[in-house]
Amino acid sequence: MALDKPYKDVPGTTVFDADQSRRGYWLNQFCTSLMKAENRERFKANERTYLDEWPMTEDQKQAVMDRDLNRCIELGGNIYFLARVGATDGKSFQQMAGSMTGMTEEAYREMMVKGGRSIEGNRYTGEKEQV
Amino acid sequence: MARISASVYSSHIPAIGVAIDQNKTQEPYWAPLFQGFEASREWLKDNPPDVVFLVYNDHATAFSLDIIPTFAIGTAPRFEVADEGWGPRPVPDVVGHPEFASHIAQAVIEDEFDLTIVNHMDVDHGLTVPLSLMCGKVDAWPFQIIPFAVNVVQYPAPLGRRCYRLGQAIRRAVESFDEPLNVQIWGTGGMSHQLQGPRAGLINREFDNAFLDRLIADPEDLAQMPHIDYIREAGSEGIELVMWLIARGAMGDGAGGPAPRVVHRFYHVPASNTALGHLILEEKG
Repeated sequence: MALDKPYKDVPGTTVFDADQSRRGYWLNQFCTSLMKAENRERFKANERTYLDEWPMTEDQKQAVMDRDLNRCIELGGNIYFLARVGATDGKSFQQMAGSMTGMTEEAYREMMVKGGRSIEGNRYTGEKEQV
Repeated sequence: MARISASVYSSHIPAIGVAIDQNKTQEPYWAPLFQGFEASREWLKDNPPDVVFLVYNDHATAFSLDIIPTFAIGTAPRFEVADEGWGPRPVPDVVGHPEFASHIAQAVIEDEFDLTIVNHMDVDHGLTVPLSLMCGKVDAWPFQIIPFAVNVVQYPAPLGRRCYRLGQAIRRAVESFDEPLNVQIWGTGGMSHQLQGPRAGLINREFDNAFLDRLIADPEDLAQMPHIDYIREAGSEGIELVMWLIARGAMGDGAGGPAPRVVHRFYHVPASNTALGHLILEEKG
């Protein structure tokens, strides 16, 4: 019998479960390598060359080069690992999180100052369309 | 014997560490948050522990995807502050208590909680930000610290009721140590927040405040809450709140004693992407 995964219908959310972790193993291990300053330098000097040292899929490499964090997460990335790429770029966690919402950095920051994204309409996939 | 005198709960948002390290705590954005900890710092000075058992989660820092321990206890004499990609925070290294930590590990494993024992790990903002909030800027942390890391990165985190029962076992382990140590247990992380995907920025004040109410008044019932409720209501990273149940389980009422006294309660939105919650509970008598 299959595992129960009740979190599949939470909108705009990818839970980093065993399937995602398996899919993203090398993507996340690449991210971990950026905790070392010399690796950050080598990555910045030539991203493609550095990425080619890792057995990642082409889609994963492209998503990293595009800094498309939503795509990285879809391909098995986890935000705490992906944060190493953001740190290499000098980005804060707020800039990284905001970049996944389709909002500008200013609009996202403003939303947070005003109390954050409301839970209303954000509990179930498709909920907003039904309202 | 050693005894648990209080439990402290706090979010561990990395941007708070940055604000402290860069002397921004008086800026309008941050001042209200830090004011919420002024009474806590005074309380800590008046009630200094010998040891803090600090429950936190590692954020892909000491543990990559190579090894993912669900519960890991730090038994080293010293833990260095990690470079999380922005350079290490300019805060003191953490001094452990190997003898006490090893005692707790042995006792808790014999009590059926199979911990991973860690003799070498760097500690990240999950551990150092609550220390900074409670102690301010210091040259050395004013107590020994036993780091206790919980996996909340790869789903599933341990269940709430497992965490609560583990807290009860930690209390028994502490009380079976012969030295007369004054021990506090801290639970960190949360409250509502989501750092990924189009739903990033989610905050749920009602959920958070109900969580605080129930943590104080009826933690055993709160511990039954399934993971999906945390994820749906408090965001994918809100599941860190299960760690608060470990600290709560270690209080005396979980072993048939009186309910603890609420010393301080504070809630603030936002700190970067996150709702900050903070609570201090003290044993009676």
